[in-house]
Amino acid sequence: MATPAAAPILEMRGISKQFPGVQALVEVDFRTFPGEVMALLGENGAGKSTLMKILCGAYPKSSGEMVFKGRPLELKGPRDAQQQGIAIIHQELNLIRELSIAENIFLGREPVTRAGNLDWKRLNAEAQLLLARLGVTASPRTLVGTLSVGQQQMVEIAKALSFDASIIIMDEPTGALAEAESLSLFRVIRELRDSGRSVIYISHRLKEIFEISDRITVLRDGRRIGEAATADLTEDSVIEMMVGRRLTEQFPHVPAVPGPVRLSVERLQNRFTRNASFEARAGEILGVTGLMGAGRTELALALYGAVPRTRGKVLLDGEPYAPSSPHEAVARGLAYVSEDRKERGLVLGLSIRANITLPVLKRFQKLLFCLSGRGERRAAHAYVERLAIKTPGDAQLVRNLSGGNQQKVSIAKGLITAPKVLILDEPTRGVDVGAKQEIYNLMNEFKAEGLAIVMISSELPEILGMSDRIMVMHDGQVTGVLERGAANQEKIMRLAIGLEEGTRE
Amino acid sequence: MNKNLFARLRPLIGLLVLSIAISWFSPRFLTTGNILNVLRQTSINAVIATGMTFVILTGGIDLSVGSILAYAGAVMAALLAAHLALWAGVGLVLLLGAVIGAVTGLIITKGKVQPFIATFVSMTLLRGATLVFTDGRPITADQDAFASLGQGYGFGVPVPVFIMIGVLGLAYYVLRHTRFGRYVYAIGGNEQASRLSGLRTDAIKTTVYAVSGVLAALAGIILTSRLSSAQPTAGIGYELDAIAAVVLGGTSLAGGSGTIFGTLIGALIIGILNNALNLMDVSSYYQMIAKGAIILIAVLLDRKRDA
Repeated sequence: MATPAAAPILEMRGISKQFPGVQALVEVDFRTFPGEVMALLGENGAGKSTLMKILCGAYPKSSGEMVFKGRPLELKGPRDAQQQGIAIIHQELNLIRELSIAENIFLGREPVTRAGNLDWKRLNAEAQLLLARLGVTASPRTLVGTLSVGQQQMVEIAKALSFDASIIIMDEPTGALAEAESLSLFRVIRELRDSGRSVIYISHRLKEIFEISDRITVLRDGRRIGEAATADLTEDSVIEMMVGRRLTEQFPHVPAVPGPVRLSVERLQNRFTRNASFEARAGEILGVTGLMGAGRTELALALYGAVPRTRGKVLLDGEPYAPSSPHEAVARGLAYVSEDRKERGLVLGLSIRANITLPVLKRFQKLLFCLSGRGERRAAHAYVERLAIKTPGDAQLVRNLSGGNQQKVSIAKGLITAPKVLILDEPTRGVDVGAKQEIYNLMNEFKAEGLAIVMISSELPEILGMSDRIMVMHDGQVTGVLERGAANQEKIMRLAIGLEEGTRE
Repeated sequence: MNKNLFARLRPLIGLLVLSIAISWFSPRFLTTGNILNVLRQTSINAVIATGMTFVILTGGIDLSVGSILAYAGAVMAALLAAHLALWAGVGLVLLLGAVIGAVTGLIITKGKVQPFIATFVSMTLLRGATLVFTDGRPITADQDAFASLGQGYGFGVPVPVFIMIGVLGLAYYVLRHTRFGRYVYAIGGNEQASRLSGLRTDAIKTTVYAVSGVLAALAGIILTSRLSSAQPTAGIGYELDAIAAVVLGGTSLAGGSGTIFGTLIGALIIGILNNALNLMDVSSYYQMIAKGAIILIAVLLDRKRDA
């Protein structure tokens, strides 16, 4: 579908937004037509979220105008936007786990009987209707907490439909979805488009953008860089628009000089993994992949002493290694950088400095238990420099950083413990293209310094691009380990879905 | 930065406005004698609230402080009656407070019981234990050396005020400049991330309840000394005054942010309020209503700044 002939359903013209000290948006134009999927792209901090928050009434704009369905649009708040037909589905879903699907969809506007009681029959029947349109088979009485993330997303979409939304904004909708769930999400998005609605789609995954979108708008540093039909663009041209420079290579892999075995795992068992055996060598990146729920993170957490293990033998640099807590794991030289930096990685309300030094605070202790402010500053500063964390200073709260910079702080926290083995769990999730490159380059540096890096990732191109060896898991088991040269997407997928058992170490 | 500074000074500004308003109504308020009186009355709550600040900073709550205070006071009086040396008695009672707090902490961390429930249980158990121990009657504690702890003066200033300043100063140092203090903030900010950063979160949280227990016991010693006797029903409702002081001082009940300075201001606001209502001859029934209303206003004003 090229530029539709009809008039745009939404036009935002010259939108500017000023925050104290920051010009988040500078005279941005944005439009979308009925019956299309408009992708909104940009690095973290480019202004995508701010623009969408203005569109859905969460922020007032500083200047500019909006025209919606041919009429000027002034929003009093998120609820107003919803009622006018603009719905947003956030990355972190806004559902109440303890309520049913139907209760969530109609929260705050439940149908009532004449007597003023909740009209359960109508509530469930109407929810059922909406679910059927989305091809969801679950009963509207199901508790939302028991649904998968993909199903929960469908509930959010059903909610948007219940408002008869003509614009649906989706912010990183596939971030936590398994492959199959993404596919059914795309099917629903296409149906929404075909029924004349417009979907504004925000994602860092370029592959998806090219699969699902009709047109693309790119923002950079709060300005609109361009708008074009997806068919007229290539991945490279989009990346160039986003970062403003040409990226030499997407995955800067350097050949490994494998050293001695640092981590050797034999038949590790816990509640989630079965008989996992593998080795990680100094100076290599071991990529670990598999589908959602394959037990990758659980394996890492078991090695990190964060979840109990029931059986197995692990050697770290040849010494028996059985940590009963992360505290012990860190002391022994294993560091784990979580996939979920906000919940499990960082203390958002503390400064960059305090976060980086948190795992090794004891080092900075002086007389009378007093912490050395200077020592901490120096150490934190070294990592801010080395990882090129963009911030006015290391006293800045981590909460105020972009995703990519938060991820770097998270990695710095792992590095400062001077680990022998560094486990990076989805190191580039929710990180923009430029920062991704920097993280890859850092991984290569760590590798050259003799660290054994275990990189858990769901992104096959990343796994194929950066790993020296690739370990595939399925249903809690290691189904194969592939050498870099011998691996390709198809082989990995076959192992990941448990179709075949590959070579084991 | 300026905005930030203003937000942090807000409780202090509230305190000043309140003081000026009260001195308008009651000229006796701003006399040296009355100010020292207010400080002495504030000291017990401030000491308890200091421990409460540690607990609340980790995202917890401690309802047991009033009962620990009563139990500690009774044990202190009994030890003195048994002719134990004063320093040994004080040491033992503080240790007792630490142990009680630590046990509550272990119930929370190892037993995985919510702090509200666990400390509510301690509160009930200890109140019962105190009543059994004292047989429901006060125990006299009027030895001279002991009496000076709560009733004495140094340089014209009541001894409890010195104790309060010492406790607050130490707590400020610990929270601001030590590893333990940083851990307290980190756990309150994100417990899971703290654990995964290699912190021994269970040990730290247990210690925090022990700190609260020690300070509640210390408050019990001061109160017993001041009254020359241990009352089995002492300290009922003190946990709420302490929580109110912490919250008035701007510490978040969700944990992770707040200061000792704020807690001092909060305790002073409550102390001044009690004093002023007395000076103005407000009946004790109406005092409660006035206190509730003023705390509500203060907290609502504080909420505004977050919005």
